[in-house]
Amino acid sequence: MRNPLSDTVVQLKPSGIRKFFDVVQEMPDAISLGVGEPDFDTPWHIREEGIYSLERGRTFYTSNAGLMELRQAIARYTYRKCNISYDPKKEILVTVGGSEGIDVALRAMLNPGDEVIIPEPSYVSYVPCVALTGGVPVTIPLQEKNRFKLTEEELLGAITDKTKILVLTFPNNPTGAIMTKEDLEPIARIVREKDLYVISDEIYAELTYGVDHCSIATFPGLRERTIVINGFSKAFAMTGWRLGYAMGPEVILKQMTKIHQYCIMAAPTTSQYAAVEAMNNGEEDVQEMRNAYNHRRRYLVERFKQIGLKCFEPEGAFYIFPSIQEFGMTSEEFATRFLREEKVAVVPGTAFGECGEGFLRVSYAYSLDELKIALGRLERFIDRLRSEKF
Amino acid sequence: MRKEILKMLENNSRIDLHDLAIMMGTDETRVYQEIEKMEKEGIICGYPTLINWDKTGEEKVTALIEVRVTPQRGQGFEKLAERITNYPEVRSVYLMSGAFDFAVFLEGKTLKEVSMFVTSKLSTLDAITSTSTHFVLKKYKDYGIIMLDKPKSSRMKVTL
Repeated sequence: MRNPLSDTVVQLKPSGIRKFFDVVQEMPDAISLGVGEPDFDTPWHIREEGIYSLERGRTFYTSNAGLMELRQAIARYTYRKCNISYDPKKEILVTVGGSEGIDVALRAMLNPGDEVIIPEPSYVSYVPCVALTGGVPVTIPLQEKNRFKLTEEELLGAITDKTKILVLTFPNNPTGAIMTKEDLEPIARIVREKDLYVISDEIYAELTYGVDHCSIATFPGLRERTIVINGFSKAFAMTGWRLGYAMGPEVILKQMTKIHQYCIMAAPTTSQYAAVEAMNNGEEDVQEMRNAYNHRRRYLVERFKQIGLKCFEPEGAFYIFPSIQEFGMTSEEFATRFLREEKVAVVPGTAFGECGEGFLRVSYAYSLDELKIALGRLERFIDRLRSEKF
Repeated sequence: MRKEILKMLENNSRIDLHDLAIMMGTDETRVYQEIEKMEKEGIICGYPTLINWDKTGEEKVTALIEVRVTPQRGQGFEKLAERITNYPEVRSVYLMSGAFDFAVFLEGKTLKEVSMFVTSKLSTLDAITSTSTHFVLKKYKDYGIIMLDKPKSSRMKVTL
């Protein structure tokens, strides 16, 4: 029998921490700070719109690019938030989560051999999605001393004649880093000078604490070079609805829509109706959830200080990324021991790229009570490690 | 800052003030002083506990009584409202717009006790022209808190 599999797919690296995940599954009584999604239920008025759409029998495909009503709402929302206009007819595509947007954007833009710069630590899908298109992922290990922001020098050092796309993922999962307008300025200049394109994954845009999110698409000349990926999962606590969107210049969006049409057809209709409500009337919910995350963020930063675990103050998303280098263990060893001994799951930094070694991703999408218990156990665990050492 | 403190306390009046201060990015003394001031100003009126009595063995009956009154000369509704509030079995008194004037929430041990109160005490007050009593059968949500048992969260333990 012939080999049924594609070489490219077989060569894709499986997630480096499969083993750790398996251990977590074996421990049903473990508590967790390991989740990458909000702990809030989708606000009721949004859920109700989804239910209502079902009651009304709106169970058919929508147009490929998504409900026009939703695309218009997205355009208005984006203008309100970022002061940038996209034509709902030609420049917005409603996708199955931000993840589909990333995949489709890469596939629409890459030729075999094109290089894509991916700063890490970052969410896990960019490298494999690039590999699937025959593109070449080039990762940049971001530095804690730069607060995990991408610097001009790092970017310049990674650019070759073959570089076509820069992937930007801020606010960042797993580090909680953000890029402000000032941070983005030199990056935008290099993108223009080196004739690059940008895929900017802004799924956590609503979750910044202090400075408002700034999209690189707002810089002069960058709108034509940028695909903005966003979605409903994080801002509106709608992960299970699987709904996101991509925005960018018509010339790219047209091709993305073509791929989307062939492999997805259209995003889920119920989710789209709920999303219209989220865009139009969800502002207050977002504000409330953002406040709650901010409270927890401050609490965690303070607790880590007390425990004496080194970490920079995250300014976005709902993660904190402490360093565990002082213990002389790998992230996975640390996370596995912590799980076995204290029954708390956190994600080893290496899940997000090799440069995540020596760090942990701790999520604060949990209630204060849950955080308190888990942090109490972390403190006990670390005290134990320190006493073992001396 | 006041609004934020109030919102947090409204959700959980037992919150540790040290934690509260950290979460608000300020120091404990300031939070403490602010709360003390609000208590003095009558903004914070108390810290009762919300209890689902149905889950205890305790017999309790709650009733909503619509009360219609003739406002008294010179004192409007205030005097009468004050009188009604003085009964310990009265849990809440609201002045309402619409078909009746006061909404009075009563709590008693038995149906009989509540009806006795209405007939012998409330409806005999001079200015009250009529009452209409509705007994509460079940409480699903009270003070913003859902009393039904919540299904366990289906969120996975670890996702990237």
